[in-house]
Amino acid sequence: MNNLIKGKKYDWEMVIGIEVHAQVKSNSKLFSSSSTKFGSPPNSQVSLVDAAMPGMLPVINKYCVEQAVKSGVGLNAKINNYSVFDRKNYFYADLPQGYQISQYKFPIVGEGKVTIDFKDGSSKDIRIVRLHLEQDAGKSLHDQNPSKTYVDLNRSGVALMEIVSEPDIRSPDEAGMYIAKIRSILMYLNTCDGNMQEGSLRADVNISVRKPNEDYGTRCEIKNLNSIKFIKQAINYEAKRQIEILESGGSIEQNTMLFNTSTGKTRPMRNKEEAHDYRYFPDPDLLPLEISNQDIEKIKSTIPELPDKLKNKFINIYNLSNYDASILTADKQTSDYFNETIKSDPELKKSSKIVVNWITSELFSLLNKNDLELISSPVSPKNLGQLVKLISTNEISGKIAKDVLEEMFSSKKSAREIVDYKGLKQVTDQGEIEKVIDEVITDNPKMVQEYLGGKDKLLGFFVGQVMKKTKGKANPKILNDILIRKLS
Amino acid sequence: MMFKSLKNTIQSLEKNEISIKELSQEYIKNIKEKSTLNIFIHFDEQKILNQVEILEKDKSKKKLKGIPLAIKDLFCTKDMPTTAASKILENFKPSYESFVTQKLLDCGAIFVGKTNLDEFAMGSATDTSYFGNTINPLSKDGEPLAPGGSSGGSAAAVAANLCLGATGTDTGGSIRQPASFCGVVGIKPTYGLCSRWGIAAFASSLDQAGVFTNNTEDASILLESIAGFDERDSTSANIEIPNYFKNLNHDVVGKTIGIPKEYTIDGTPEEISRIWEEAIKVLEKNGAKIKNISLPHTKYALPTYYIIAPAEASSNLARYDGVKYGYRSSEIDSLDEMYENTRGQGFGKEVKRRILIGTYVLSAGYYDAYYLKAQKVRKLIANDFNEAFKECDLIVTPTAPSSAFPLNQEQDDPIKMYLNDVFTVPASLAGLPGISIPFGKDKNNLPLGIQILGKHFDEQQVFNTALSLEKSYE
Repeated sequence: MNNLIKGKKYDWEMVIGIEVHAQVKSNSKLFSSSSTKFGSPPNSQVSLVDAAMPGMLPVINKYCVEQAVKSGVGLNAKINNYSVFDRKNYFYADLPQGYQISQYKFPIVGEGKVTIDFKDGSSKDIRIVRLHLEQDAGKSLHDQNPSKTYVDLNRSGVALMEIVSEPDIRSPDEAGMYIAKIRSILMYLNTCDGNMQEGSLRADVNISVRKPNEDYGTRCEIKNLNSIKFIKQAINYEAKRQIEILESGGSIEQNTMLFNTSTGKTRPMRNKEEAHDYRYFPDPDLLPLEISNQDIEKIKSTIPELPDKLKNKFINIYNLSNYDASILTADKQTSDYFNETIKSDPELKKSSKIVVNWITSELFSLLNKNDLELISSPVSPKNLGQLVKLISTNEISGKIAKDVLEEMFSSKKSAREIVDYKGLKQVTDQGEIEKVIDEVITDNPKMVQEYLGGKDKLLGFFVGQVMKKTKGKANPKILNDILIRKLS
Repeated sequence: MMFKSLKNTIQSLEKNEISIKELSQEYIKNIKEKSTLNIFIHFDEQKILNQVEILEKDKSKKKLKGIPLAIKDLFCTKDMPTTAASKILENFKPSYESFVTQKLLDCGAIFVGKTNLDEFAMGSATDTSYFGNTINPLSKDGEPLAPGGSSGGSAAAVAANLCLGATGTDTGGSIRQPASFCGVVGIKPTYGLCSRWGIAAFASSLDQAGVFTNNTEDASILLESIAGFDERDSTSANIEIPNYFKNLNHDVVGKTIGIPKEYTIDGTPEEISRIWEEAIKVLEKNGAKIKNISLPHTKYALPTYYIIAPAEASSNLARYDGVKYGYRSSEIDSLDEMYENTRGQGFGKEVKRRILIGTYVLSAGYYDAYYLKAQKVRKLIANDFNEAFKECDLIVTPTAPSSAFPLNQEQDDPIKMYLNDVFTVPASLAGLPGISIPFGKDKNNLPLGIQILGKHFDEQQVFNTALSLEKSYE
């Protein structure tokens, strides 16, 4: 796939690596028993440990460790039997200990990979360097008082998984697909709730540009992006900025950047000279984390079917394209919905492609319009299955089915109910259709003449007239056949 | 003094020969009389009387019911402020009770006050405290002596009979050296025996709570009261705590005592060598086998310790930043200034020195040369002991290279001060239990200490050997 972008003088290639920070789905924090509930009143979920009171000590939350192992398995990665928690030392008002407990030299999860799928049916592996566990910091609130900063420690100590990719990503779209895939995997595993708005999944993006086949350029890191849209915007802006500098003879300074979501621009947060020396060293309050192969196997056995496996299953059983299957399996809600729909009637297996289309285009667009998630769809999988069956057995036309779906969406009634009640059943009686066609031909002698004189396009006019008279219920195929016969 | 034995006092209280109230009043009187020694950072007579009142109404049987104890002011206590002898925690009142002090309260002990220490336990003379020096109760008129440190207040409190026992913490010798200087018994148990939960941290991989008493029996009673597993401390050992007192036995027949040749160092006063030899003779006479052993990496222990301990301290003390609790400078124009002025004004000279050393040895480019190498040497030192304990059951050495020195003597020479820990630091690095018991006097009639080191979690044999020496010495 050609991802080159054009500068004023040269073509450039983006080189992108991403660090995803995914909040571990867990009721309590990584080293304390405080709750992790989002949106609680400031400083209401803070234990003595989270506030770094004198003499307080961290104790590892085993559940978070299991969640990290599960995630590692989902990323096709090596689970390390031995890992170590280190202290990353720096001062900030919302970092109560004066250090973050993280994993530096020995992460819990090593090398892995995830696959992203393109529309054209091709796919690409993005290599994972590692996944490690770390504590989140608290939150500094600068906007509550003109001269003061307030600190909310509710988030302080919440468990994060940092997932680091190799610089294998080459475009904003790939970056978006990569994040979506990571999110999907973690949500299948139930190890992260994937809620980007609430900050449960954030990304730091490292980006540099180079001329094709040259060495990597100097990179900049864009911090703390919390939507796929912003990630793409930020990458585009930053790449252009770097290209402009390079093409005008300048050089890139390694920087940490912030992305302004309202201007769509990146700006430096700090430069190399001010870079922190984090003085990592093993946390003496914690013993190294040892996980036996037996424990890893035990955790593995609890893992549900993951998107890539499910995707292949869908391709094999339902004869779907790679791309369709990857869209269906992009999140668990969708794959579950598809599964339930197609299993609601054995006949539907033949119409799998129609099922996919009705879920991913018609239903999704209605959901979007109404700002709803699939999980709260007013149309149940069973009802959607019924609708598809009405289409595939020619009981209603596709056009009418759209109206029926809208009606189902607003009334929560079944497709069958609506079709019966409104008399929308397709007219397939040849005699009945022929009668209407005769009427239309009789009413429009001039048009018939023109058509016979070679104006083929007028066929549509006659179809329209018949449909109008039958309120759209005439079976299009039968209608076409008879009309062509009559007009020839 | 009639009450110098904790064990006998427990019996007197049980037999109603004396009431808890009478006992406490006696100690309150002593404390007031000795107030010039500056042993306590916090002493509140009313709080003691309140505790007495509650205990006198309490009819349940408790192991240390009514026993007056002093608490090093590094242990967080709910009812008393906790300062770590630092301005930065001058007005800090914890909402929680440390594991160790809670255990003592559960046993019915009375806390007479919080004792002075070197700021954040960094020092060997209790002279880096924000609240001033503690004076060794054994000082002669005109020449105040240091009580040792960092737990100098606790050691002095026991020596001056201001309590029947005291808690301390030992990172590189902070219990054993002041015990030696003040002529009392002090034990630092195996790393992990007592939970560190609620003790303001100095160097997490070395800090360990222990006790001071007037004799070995009392130490065994107190230690078994504070030991035990605590799931809130990941480095706490999940083992059954023996009944040290009940199992106490001064018989050392057949035990092998190792004498490490590396502990004979140039410049050690002759009298130190003399009492060491004397102790060896006593143990031999009591039936122990004496064996010369080697701990080849001993000479690297002190530099190793003075890299690892400050490194951990530099990180452990980062939490004192003026944001959440404790001292905050009033001269603040920015967050950075708040840190600089709060910490600049809140910490004393020695603490700042160690934070700087620790920051330096962990910094990029120096980590491998200092911290990492120190960790490797630490393993070698621990391994020396593992090898040695294949040949012997216990190791006997002097506790400190001198008797109590005059106050202010070494304040301006940190290196000389650090040398006080030369005999105590190796066992700290290896996490081994060590006791210091008074044994012999120097030419000025000041007490000297003998250190007995044991295998991991073999506090029982350490106590037994100490008792053997103690009985012969008496």
